Amino acid sequence: MLRYLLNKIVLVLPTLIGITICAFAFVRLLPGDPILAMAGEHGVSPARYEELKEQFGYNLPIWQQYAHYVRDAATGNFGVSISSKRPVIEDFMTLFPATIELSVFALIFAMVLGIPAGIFAAVKRGSWFDQGLMGTALVGYSMPIFWWGLLLIIFFSGYLGWTPVSGRIGLQFFFKPITGFMTIDTLLYGKWDAFRSALSHLVLPAVVLGTIPLAVIARQTRSAMLEVLGEDYVRTARAKGLSSTRVIGVHALRNALIPVVTTIGLQVGALLAGAILTETIFAWPGIGKWMVDSIFKRDYVVVQSGLLLIALIVMAVNLIVDVLYAVINPRIRAA
Amino acid sequence: MKKKLTFAAALLAASVLGGVANAKTLVYCSEASPANFDPGTTTGGNDFDASSRTVYSRLVEFKHGGTEVVPGLADKWEISDDGLVYTFHLHPGVKFQTTDFFKPTRDFNADDVVFSFDRQFNKENPWNGEKYLPNLTWDYYTGMDMPKYVAKWEKVDDLTVKLTLTEPNAPMLANLGMDFASIVSKEYADQLEKDGKMADFSTKPIGTGPFQFVDYQLDSVIRYAANPDYFKGKEKIDDLVFAITPDATARIQKVLAGECDIAPYPNPADIGMIKANNDVTLMDQAGLNIGYMSYNTTIPPLDKPEVRHALNQAIDRESLIKSLFQDAGATPAVNLIPPTMWSWDKDVKSDAYDPEAAKKVLADAGLKEIQLWASDRVRPYNPNFARAAELIQADWAKVGVKAEIVNYEWTKYREEGKKKDRPGAFQIGWTGDNGDPDNFFATLFACSAIGVSNYSSWCDKDFEDLIQKAKKTSDQAERTKLYEEAQVVFQKQAPAFLLAHSQVYAVVRKNVSGFMMDPLGIHRFDGVDKAE
Repeated sequence: MLRYLLNKIVLVLPTLIGITICAFAFVRLLPGDPILAMAGEHGVSPARYEELKEQFGYNLPIWQQYAHYVRDAATGNFGVSISSKRPVIEDFMTLFPATIELSVFALIFAMVLGIPAGIFAAVKRGSWFDQGLMGTALVGYSMPIFWWGLLLIIFFSGYLGWTPVSGRIGLQFFFKPITGFMTIDTLLYGKWDAFRSALSHLVLPAVVLGTIPLAVIARQTRSAMLEVLGEDYVRTARAKGLSSTRVIGVHALRNALIPVVTTIGLQVGALLAGAILTETIFAWPGIGKWMVDSIFKRDYVVVQSGLLLIALIVMAVNLIVDVLYAVINPRIRAA
Repeated sequence: MKKKLTFAAALLAASVLGGVANAKTLVYCSEASPANFDPGTTTGGNDFDASSRTVYSRLVEFKHGGTEVVPGLADKWEISDDGLVYTFHLHPGVKFQTTDFFKPTRDFNADDVVFSFDRQFNKENPWNGEKYLPNLTWDYYTGMDMPKYVAKWEKVDDLTVKLTLTEPNAPMLANLGMDFASIVSKEYADQLEKDGKMADFSTKPIGTGPFQFVDYQLDSVIRYAANPDYFKGKEKIDDLVFAITPDATARIQKVLAGECDIAPYPNPADIGMIKANNDVTLMDQAGLNIGYMSYNTTIPPLDKPEVRHALNQAIDRESLIKSLFQDAGATPAVNLIPPTMWSWDKDVKSDAYDPEAAKKVLADAGLKEIQLWASDRVRPYNPNFARAAELIQADWAKVGVKAEIVNYEWTKYREEGKKKDRPGAFQIGWTGDNGDPDNFFATLFACSAIGVSNYSSWCDKDFEDLIQKAKKTSDQAERTKLYEEAQVVFQKQAPAFLLAHSQVYAVVRKNVSGFMMDPLGIHRFDGVDKAE
């Protein structure tokens, strides 16, 4: 097991180096000079331009800029934002809980609906339900998040008035964050109406962010279930005279869930990518919106460090999924 | 039963903790998070709305809803006859805000004024550089040429400050009403320096303005309370909340749903829907901006004014504006400055659309081909350079001029465009800073701006004499006359095709009163009230 783990970690290193190069290069490939972007319509005099270039270190050769970036990142120094002048890591830590909270709820939404729907479709294979579900899943998977989010806002918040338009909690609630997770903090303060407000603010963004994972999970559950239902041991279980519910719920589902768990783990990357659009539409103060703002401001430091931090998290989650997979399925370890 | 009682008690506790029931709260859905709360260090309109216009005040202010300079922290001022010395008499008894992070022990005085400016240019001042915040650039202070014009700031006594200039510069007074000129507390700065918490100066602001800072949840909500000691009297609303909402559609939905009271910058596509709604009012005003297209006046045949006039006449400006701005609308530009600005000359007439006349002049001048520049960026004064280029290209084709569209990314675009020998017609625009005509005329068409922001490379002696004289005169009536003459010269010489001044919008709920659109593009909440 230890060997397996070490193997996985060694494999992570080249990915990590690749990510630092990509984050560094992409930001520099963006059209637009950050110093001119800062100066706005006024422009800067050539002398002032050179002065600023030196102040920000953009006068150094590109490889040297990269070396500094890697050195700083390796020592945990992610730099200071060009626009806000605050340390990047500080803002990241403040904003990240909001993204996690939204992602968790999106994932819960996707799993609670996706797994049963997938099972049902597999059991009733070929029925109108199965056909309809798979069609809907395809639509869900192809849904442009931006459009979907605005559509839900206009209908549920604007027309019906059921949910708040955007934000994390009603503005009348005001307290110092403890954990940064609104649903937990409101409970810690014992404020029920604040908790309800936080939940109601989560509904639409969680649905929007969870739509694509929901489609993926439903399809994956269906195909895994179909495969398992054809196995000999399921036939044996049926032959023993077990109830259909028990066969599906215990014998088949347990085994079918192994690939589904992996799929769910891999959705973390998709959730963080989706968070960028979802958070911008719903004014959700997380790292997705933060990255978009920083790209528009040409805040190199935030963009490249933010990319790196997000990539590190995705890689860590994937590593954990790999390990968990090995724990669930001993055959993997040997391979 | 017991369980029910506990639940009721919890609800009661929650409602008590939830805030004072009768406080009047105004919610503003702002478009972006502020970079920080020190207006000397930031440049965005959203930064200024959240700091300088709420927390701070300045020596002079702009009249609410206009560009005229009126007294602020200075009750009155004198300008010496040579235009070099400004003496400001400060309002007595002004208090800096008292909050849980700062308790002032003295009133606002001349030391605060001197410190507010000194920190922006004096390298010896500990607040000028790294010790305070990393990578400080003081963009507006340098951008408005303050280092060039300011010789020194002096304290005469506690309530008198003297500013000496290096040369006469009438727009200086308007500069002092700008956001970067907000007056900060020296006592607060000293205290933070002593405590080793200098960075707090940019995150927990203290000023003399109408509202005091309470809390900022990063990228989400900013809270202010009315400043009880405000020297112009406490505001009618008790709490001011900024709900940061970047998406324009979500912002408007929030106003319609009553989640916020005021929101700026609706999508042009939503204008019709907003107008039809009975709960909200759509407020608009011609923005302090101009979209235009500069001809390089040094390259033949564009060096001849009649050729430039002919190119202007060939453009169907009305259709162009309609197609570009759609429902949002825009005011066709007659002069370089917008009609909301003092000295705007109402007698000047634009070139009328007359392709037949244009065709002849252009054929005589032998103009067959021209470069027409466009960029990818959406600007307030031109939402779509590329679309505008295509339409102008089609209009010019009708008069026998083939336009080749040159396209660059925005920063590269301006870099290439400002070069003295850049050929052809270059689409650009400007958003004013301080409401002074000099900020348009001299910034965009002074001889000294060639190669910087004079994209026409136009240096006309008559025009130059007029605007330089106006810059050195402090008498407003005299300046108005000079600028009116300058506008006549500009129209005669036509160094550029003037497109439009775009409209700026805000959506306001019907129960809100006292909110005014501001030509400077800022959002102010002093004087605003809300009926329950």
